[in-house]
Amino acid sequence: MRALRSSLFTNGYLAILLGFIYLPILLMMLMAFNQSSNYTLPFEPSLQWFERLLGNDTLWRAGRNSLILAVANTVVATALGTMTSLAFSRFRIRGHAVLKILLFPPIAMPWLILATAMLVFFFYSGIGRGLHAMLLAHVALSLPYVIVVVGARLQSFGVDLEEAAATLGASPLRVFFKITLPVIAPGVAAAALFAFGISFDQFVTSYFLSPPGVTTLPVEIYASIRKGFTPEINAISTIIIIVSMLLLLLVSRFYRFGGTQ
Amino acid sequence: MNRFKRQWAGYGLTAPSYLWLTVTVFLPLLVMFYFSFLSQMPLGKAEPSLTLKQYGLFFQKDFYRFLTWRSIRLGIDVTFFCVLFGYPAALILARSVKGRWREAVLLLIVLPFWSNALIRIFAWTIVLRGNGVVDQAIHVAWPGAPSIGILYSYPAIVIGLVHSFLPYMILTCYISLQAIDGSLIEAGRSLGASHFRIFRRIILPLSLPGLLIGVVLIFIPVTGSFMEPRILGGRDGIMLGTVIEDQFTEVFNWPLGAALSFILLAIVLLICALAYPLLKSRLRLA
Repeated sequence: MRALRSSLFTNGYLAILLGFIYLPILLMMLMAFNQSSNYTLPFEPSLQWFERLLGNDTLWRAGRNSLILAVANTVVATALGTMTSLAFSRFRIRGHAVLKILLFPPIAMPWLILATAMLVFFFYSGIGRGLHAMLLAHVALSLPYVIVVVGARLQSFGVDLEEAAATLGASPLRVFFKITLPVIAPGVAAAALFAFGISFDQFVTSYFLSPPGVTTLPVEIYASIRKGFTPEINAISTIIIIVSMLLLLLVSRFYRFGGTQ
Repeated sequence: MNRFKRQWAGYGLTAPSYLWLTVTVFLPLLVMFYFSFLSQMPLGKAEPSLTLKQYGLFFQKDFYRFLTWRSIRLGIDVTFFCVLFGYPAALILARSVKGRWREAVLLLIVLPFWSNALIRIFAWTIVLRGNGVVDQAIHVAWPGAPSIGILYSYPAIVIGLVHSFLPYMILTCYISLQAIDGSLIEAGRSLGASHFRIFRRIILPLSLPGLLIGVVLIFIPVTGSFMEPRILGGRDGIMLGTVIEDQFTEVFNWPLGAALSFILLAIVLLICALAYPLLKSRLRLA
């Protein structure tokens, strides 16, 4: 009886919590399909906001920029991060500590400060603003995550196999591509999806590093919200949320979130 | 010889990351620090001079100190509510939910976390506005109900930020709670300890590292937030973060923006440094 009551209590608590988490998201999705432009009832099903979205060139361009940036970030951040975490776990070199300190600010400093610092430096160093500047920023923000995710995978298998192959005369590159990479592949895949997600969702650095005319989706959405609400934002937000969630479901196939391991 | 080669391979593998982070983290912070001492933007003919003017402004005008306190209070309030709601959830997940069900709930908690923070904040404007959907729905059930329209107020900012950062707290607490050896708890129980005593003497101390990491991970970004207060706060949404944003995007007084950024950073670091002895002794304990 007591156990029953307590499970009712704990499940109820989790249900309320999930309700809090999903209430705004589901409501926003619902309103994307509503005729009214003031987010009011009654609910009249309509696809007009999605249709308007189709004709909104600014948002499409921003979306294309976001996609290009996210793909470039995925490739660069995954490559750099995998190399670094390989060095961290397989080579004893001096200077690790310095690199680890450099990796710290992207996680532990308000992004506002990092982004404005990049703006100042890029502006006066000639790097300038634009997609390339945003790529520099996004990779810096994704690197720590890639290193942690790939590093966890690297730690989970011993060096025996690699050493055996090396003893048998395989070159380091051959060892990496024939042995190490296949074993850590799930970790690398998860890291790549993380990197994609981080870039696609990144607002703060893109906001400060985007010159007029070259924006990404989050930057464009922020501008629209500040100008006044447009229900088209509901439609594009609904699409982004669904895509992001599908992406994370894909990550969870490769990488478990603190689940039973 | 071999060790020498491995040494170089290690450098070769890390060199690109070093270079990248130097350009994106180290040099920018250094240059911005220099910038915060400039008298004006180095544009045009006028040569800027080095000065403490920007930092002086912070101490002369009550306005900035007031905003700084507001930002810190926002950080404290949001962190407090994340602990209040997140820790019990992590405890329930770690101790009384099992198997696939647990994995499903964890996934449901992190799922929205990976969708754009901006969009989730925007979604709250739909929920919290007066005469909006939620208000209307409540009025159908209870015609005389007062409006819940609290958009453009301090509570609205707190709700939006708690929503954004709660998963951090749940995850970090869950990871350290899940690692607690169940036999410790059974030992406590067989020695006659009450539920509360087991919690206070075993579970809480052992999960403190996760809790403190969660606190740091939430407090720092919330104190520096500007987008959430801007969208949900209206006139109540002016924070140190929004003023810094304005200096860079509207006012074009980058030296002042840089100085305010470093003051914010210094305060955040100072608070973390003050908490560090506590953090350290607790981390060793666990």
